[in-house]
Amino acid sequence: MTTPRERLEAIGNQIPPLIALIVLWMLLWGEFSWLNLLVAFVVGLVVTVAFYLVPVQLSGRVHPLHTVVFFVRLILDIVRASIDVSWLAVKPRLIASNAILAIRLHTRSDLILTWTAVATSIVPGSIVVDIDRESSILYLHVLNMHSAAHIESFRRQVLDTERRIVRAFGSREDVERMRGVIPANRLDARRADQNKQG
Amino acid sequence: MSAVLHDVLTAILVLAGATMCLAAGIGLIRFPDVLSRLHAATKPQIFGLLAVTADVAINNFSVGTVTLVVAIVVFQALTAPMAAHLVGRAAYETEHRRPDLLIVDELKNR
Repeated sequence: MTTPRERLEAIGNQIPPLIALIVLWMLLWGEFSWLNLLVAFVVGLVVTVAFYLVPVQLSGRVHPLHTVVFFVRLILDIVRASIDVSWLAVKPRLIASNAILAIRLHTRSDLILTWTAVATSIVPGSIVVDIDRESSILYLHVLNMHSAAHIESFRRQVLDTERRIVRAFGSREDVERMRGVIPANRLDARRADQNKQG
Repeated sequence: MSAVLHDVLTAILVLAGATMCLAAGIGLIRFPDVLSRLHAATKPQIFGLLAVTADVAINNFSVGTVTLVVAIVVFQALTAPMAAHLVGRAAYETEHRRPDLLIVDELKNR
């Protein structure tokens, strides 16, 4: 049963993607005009209705400073890692030694999980092979891992990325979970919720 | 901006972009298996593309170019990881993997 409030929320969840589509249309045309805005709105509406996406629970919180920190750090990481991977490709003696790592994130939110997956995967040297949504585990294929110390430092990097993302646009609940106020594990937390209700 | 500085900046950005594409090509041939080739095929270009589009934006500085450049970079940044993930996952599931190249495989015993 959907209550009117839930239906309203479902519609509300479609609005940010619609705005994003309108902005995209504007970016592609490269200029602002009222006709453009109108066409963008119509096209955006058609796309949102025709290609209906599963609503994502948005956190409703953005911290401007932490967002800037996250993006600047992401670009720096991309530059550094691009140079690393390029050097690996051209260096004379290539010893291939990679790893597939399971990295358990702290978050329970799909939004943060997705952001972390895209952000780690956009930085050269790591690819998301699989995701376990239930327990927030990312399975990453990582290039050029030679020792346990390498692996540990990579794990820390991914968790740091997650922390920066949560600080930038995680929900209040996620921020608290990161600080250790709420149990980190999805299943534990879910069980705790159920116990509370039951 | 002085003309010399402008030229130097252009040269650096285009060269960086070209180097990244070259490295990606070499990596594609030299890396031994599907998963590591994916790294070479999908990633260094993002930096390369960033450099080349930044250069285009500097040379034809107008609102239209900058917004288009932003759209290009955002979409490349969003789609490249997805493509890599799909190919990587398909490769892993269809046994196109080389356990001898992995020091750890935490997905195997899931």
